[in-house]
Order: sequence, then C-alpha cells, then structure tokens
Amino acid sequence: MSLPLPPRRYPAPVALSHRTPGAGEVAGRRRMRASAAVSTALSGGRTILPLLRSDPPLTLRQTGPHTVHLVSTAAGPLGGDHLSLDLDVAPGTRLEIGSIASTLVLPGDGESLSVITARVGEGAVLSFAPEPTVLAAGCAHRMVVRLTLAEGARARWREEIIFGRYGEAPGRCVAGFDAMVEGRPLLRQELTVGDPSLDGSSAIYGSARCVGTTLLAAPPHPATPKSGSPGLTAGQAGASAAEGPIGANAPGQGATGVRGGGVVAEGVAVLPLAGPGVLVSALAADAVELRRRLGLGEAQIAW
Amino acid sequence: MGANHEDHHHAPDGHGRALRLGIGGPVGSGKTALVAALCRALGPELRLGVVTNDIYTTEDADFLRRAGVLDPERILAVETGCCPHTAIRDDIAANLDAVETLEERFGPLDLVIVESGGDNLTATFSRGLADAQIFVLDVSGGDKVPRKGGPGVTTADLLVVNKTDLAPLVGADLGVMERDAGAVREGRPVLFTSIRQGGAGEVAAWVAERVHGWSHAHAPVA
Amino acid sequence: MSAALLLLADSRLPAGGHAHSGGAEQAVKTGAVHDLASLRGFLAGRLHTAGLVAAGLTAAACRSAGRSPTPPAPMTWAELDAEADARTASPAQREANRQQGRLLLRVARRVWPSPVLEELALAVPNPHHPVALGAVAHAAGVPPDEAAMAAAYHAVAGAATAAVRLLGLDPVEVHRLLAGLAPDLDAVAERAAAAEVLPATSAPALDLLAERHARAGLRLFVS
Repeated sequence: MSLPLPPRRYPAPVALSHRTPGAGEVAGRRRMRASAAVSTALSGGRTILPLLRSDPPLTLRQTGPHTVHLVSTAAGPLGGDHLSLDLDVAPGTRLEIGSIASTLVLPGDGESLSVITARVGEGAVLSFAPEPTVLAAGCAHRMVVRLTLAEGARARWREEIIFGRYGEAPGRCVAGFDAMVEGRPLLRQELTVGDPSLDGSSAIYGSARCVGTTLLAAPPHPATPKSGSPGLTAGQAGASAAEGPIGANAPGQGATGVRGGGVVAEGVAVLPLAGPGVLVSALAADAVELRRRLGLGEAQIAW
Repeated sequence: MGANHEDHHHAPDGHGRALRLGIGGPVGSGKTALVAALCRALGPELRLGVVTNDIYTTEDADFLRRAGVLDPERILAVETGCCPHTAIRDDIAANLDAVETLEERFGPLDLVIVESGGDNLTATFSRGLADAQIFVLDVSGGDKVPRKGGPGVTTADLLVVNKTDLAPLVGADLGVMERDAGAVREGRPVLFTSIRQGGAGEVAAWVAERVHGWSHAHAPVA
Repeated sequence: MSAALLLLADSRLPAGGHAHSGGAEQAVKTGAVHDLASLRGFLAGRLHTAGLVAAGLTAAACRSAGRSPTPPAPMTWAELDAEADARTASPAQREANRQQGRLLLRVARRVWPSPVLEELALAVPNPHHPVALGAVAHAAGVPPDEAAMAAAYHAVAGAATAAVRLLGLDPVEVHRLLAGLAPDLDAVAERAAAAEVLPATSAPALDLLAERHARAGLRLFVS
C-alpha cells in the first residue's frame, strides 16, 4: 500500500495535513491521536514523577526513581497518526527517558507526525535516549523536537534514524530538532531522508544507511567559573577543538568539556557548538555501528 | 582574527601602517630562504610580520617558524586553493586580512613581508596588496630566463637572481643574465645572491632603505 | 534582475572565495567525489542543505537590512548571526563561514559603502557569510530574492571550481552540470526567499568532511 509522496524535494510544512471527513479509516484502523506527558517535581530533595500520562500507543512505564521507558502498545506510528510527548523537568530534578524497542514508522493515510516538547528547568538534568526510529518503505513521517533549557540545566538527547528495514528503501522523513538555551538558539537542524537522489549525495549521507546525533547541552551554571580556560573566538574554535580539553566555546563557559573535537573515528565527529553544547554526529551502515560510533563520540565529552 | 572596525586599507596613502613587501618567484628559487634571511638581518632593528602563501597548507610558515627567525605568532599562512597568483593579484582579500591581522595584533609594525606561493613568471603582486615587490629567480632555471621577461622579471622593484654558486654547475652565464635583466628592466635594480652561502645582505640593505623611505613619507598623521 | 547581482555572484569578486572548496577537497580525498556523476550528487546535496540554509539567512539578512515589513520580522545582526551559528554545528564550517563573511564585508565596504555595512561591522565584525551577503546585497541594491539566488549559487560554484582543479575534470562538462542544476538553484532560492521560518536543513556528511579537512596535514583549500 503506497501513498502519494509529498513533492519530491520539499515535504509539506509542519502544519498538520488537512484531511477530508470520513478519511479516518485506514485498513480498518482509525488514525491515532495521542498525547502523553511526564512531569517531575522535587520532593524532599528527590525527584518524583507527579505526572506520568500514557496515551496509547504512547505508553509510559516508570522503571526507576527517575527513569521512564516508552512501551509501544501498537504498531506505528502509521501515516495520519499524530503523537505528542511533553516532558517537563522541574528545576533541580532529573529525568531519564528510554524506550523498550525501536519505533517502526509505517505508511498510512497521509503524513504521520510526532512532536516531542521538553522543558528542562534550572539545574535540572534530562537524558533522552530512546531506541532508533526505523523508516519503513512508503512512510511519510515528520518528527519535531523542541528542547528548551534554563540556566544550569543539562540535557543529553540522542536521535537515531534508520533508513528502512533490512534491504528496504526508506520512506520519507523530515526530522526537525530545535534546542534553545536561556532563550537563545543552540542548535537548529533538519534532516530529510527519503529522496534517493539526495540521500546518496556524498554531501549528505553518502553510502550510510543510518544517521544519528547526540546533543550534550549544558548551559553555564552560576556555580561554574566563567573564566579559567580562555574564551574562544570564532576564529580559534576550529583549531582549538583538536587540542582539548576545552569548554563549550560560548562567551560564558558551559559545563561541557571536550577532550578531542573533530572527527574522532571513521564516520563520527564531535562538534563543539557555538553555544554551550556539543553535538556528536555519526553516519553508519547499520544501527549497531551507528550506536558504537555515537558512543565513541560521547565518550570524548565530559558532560 | 581581528575586528575590522577600522579598515586600515581605507587609508588612501598608507599613513600609519607598515611597508608591505611582496616576494614572488618560481617554485624553489629561494623565496622562503630569502624571507628567513631578511628576518635574520632586519629583525634586530625593524618590527616585522610575515604572511606566507603556500601551495599546500602551511609548509613555508612552518619552515620559518622552525627556523626561529621570528616570533612564530608573527607568521601567518594563507591558503590559496590551487591558485597562488590569484591570492596575490586578483583576489587579495585573504592576504590583506592576514596583513592587517598582524598589524592589529602586533602593531605598529615597520615591515610586513608577503611571500607568494611558488608560481610562474607572470605572477606579480597587486599594488593593492604590496607597496614594493621583489621577484626571485635562480640560475638553475637557465640564463635565458631574464631575457624571456614576464611581468615578474620586468616590473618587480628588485630582481634577485639566487643560487649563483650553482652557475658553473648548470652552465649559466651570470653576465648574460645581468645584461638581459638590465635590458628588460629599464634600469630597475638586480642583485645576485647565494643566500645559503652568503646570506642576503645586499637585499636586506635595499629593503631597509625602502622601509626608512616609507616610514618618513608615511608617518602617522598627528 | 539587477546588474549588481552579477557582480555579487561573480567568482571574480575579490572576496577570498576562490580559496574555499566547500568540502569538495576532502570529498575528493576520500574518493567520494571522483567523477562528474559523483560531483553532481555532491553539489546537489550541498545546494539542498547548506545552500538552502545560506540562501534563507541571506534573504533574511537582506530583508532585515532594508527593515522590510515582509515576514519574517526584521532581526538584529547579532540575532541573524546567532541563527547561523545554531545551524552550523561544525566549528570548522563556522570558521570558514566567518572568514568568508569577514572578507566579503571588507571588500563590500569599499565597493558599496553603506551605513548598513558599517553597522554590521560594528555589531558582528566576523559575520557568517550569508549574513554578510544579505547585508551587502542590500547595500548594492539587490533585493532579498535575488540575494538568496546569489547565496544558492555561491553554495555550489566554489565547490564545482575546486573539483575542476582537483580532479582535472573537463571544465565544460562541469559547467554543463551546473547548468543542469539551474532549476534546483531557482527552486532553492525561491523557497529560501519565501520561507517564513529560516531553513535548517543539515548535511551530516558535510560536517564530517569539514572537520576532517580542518585537521588534514596537506590541503590546498581553506575549507
């Protein structure tokens, strides 16, 4: 069951696709609208989870004092599904999100959409590291991540995208990532997968079948000394990254240190951002190698 | 790199800045050796900076830094993307930027030397980059080279014919070279050197004279 | 179309662009780009990612310089530059971008003197190239959509020339290839100029190539 693809190079904008009434049934399955949420709070100096709202197929299970796993309770998302997850990490608390299995994005009626919004309060720590997203043939998917960090907050955010199941050409996907720190943009990226003529470009993915990034962000904490290692100008950042250890090259030093920037191994680079954070970026032929490469990069960063 | 709030190049007559000396010439003629010799000879009395234009990354800059003739930070390398002559003649932006960065960091300077990447006989410096230029040949290219001319040989403010010690070995007649150079250069000076054996005293003296003349004529406006 | 656009997009504009390969030198070194077909893939990929981002920023900078009421709302130079930073994860690419921006600004202040350029030089002495290009376009009288075109063209022209030099490709064939990309250039420029949200299309392989290049022992191009 193939669906008409969006225009060849430019998928539809973020706006939810308009549908005609009665189009809600696809192969006997209704389009899903799900909105799950997790909030933390501080209680007696410890993190508690006052809100843990599942909404199938987004089912959440608390698996540790501040750990939550996403448990898929249905296939998909399928085309037409709109899923959202809100994460609210209160000041001074900690939240770790994982998932039990990879997410398989399937075709359906129109574009599927997943929106993850995460707010990390002052001094709070968020780790978001689910299993990969696999783009099955024919899917048309849009992922939106909006991450905002307050002063002294830290976030580790891993995203892995696999171009189709084994031996399969991927469907289309546009994955937007937007991270703001104290109201300033830290990282804005959009990955587009599924245009064969561009996917294979040696400027984009080349021969890779998977792409992954881990953002390690750490805005300057009031307790972090702002002097010490010299501030880097734009002209020095590139060269100095190789000489480590350095702080993120923001005007105010962040709490993220890099031992060795640049390409640390085949297919993986450690990229100190202009703002307080470091991006590990990797390409690989398969999911196992992708995870290994991201791990190599992450190991370079004292986060 | 420095801020460009004040574009020194805007100064129409070069007041208040260093003399910019271009050194060009074919590959292997001894440009880098000449720059090193000039730094050695002039370093004690003049405030210097050097910009190199390498074919491949920073080899000449690294050579000069290792030679210890100048504070390594006063040597900047410009990459030229396969086209050394473009960087000194047609699109001088990166070189100007490097020169001014040196002046901002270490200024005031008396002399900034811009060494071109090794190129052919047509390569000359833009007057927008170099106030004076030296073209370096060596005798092993044959004694016909000055007669063949080319903008480097004919128009440079000073022509240096280097490696004179090799003349007997390669069958080059220095007299022929001197005569031909004189003819095509319409009286502009020519100096013969063997930099590795005898240094570059005469060239240094010529440069020093230029620098003094420049600083008299272009003293900072009070 | 304004004649000034031709001057801005001309590779003979003496603003240091000739020394940048946009990742092509490393792509040649790794063997990823080795012939016309692989070069075409590289250039198309570059155009639809880094080129689109640059064109969007350029149009926005041009619009902001003119205080245009057309959305998105005008941004300050520092805001535009921060948006460019956030879209350029690779430090090596940020440095290459800023070097080209600084050199363009230096040249343009003499060629098209304008208070807008003095304002930019004061606010951001080493601007990202698209920010500088947008401001310069405004100073030269080039409208935002044409400025976006200059940015899109800049994203591929330098890399194409570098490949000619590095691989000894037939320059006529490479220009034919660029001519074949013309509809893509039009589409990217149009999309960039019309975007209400600045594009952020990223190219992971370009990031890797840029970082490799910055640490390469031997190289001909700055980036």
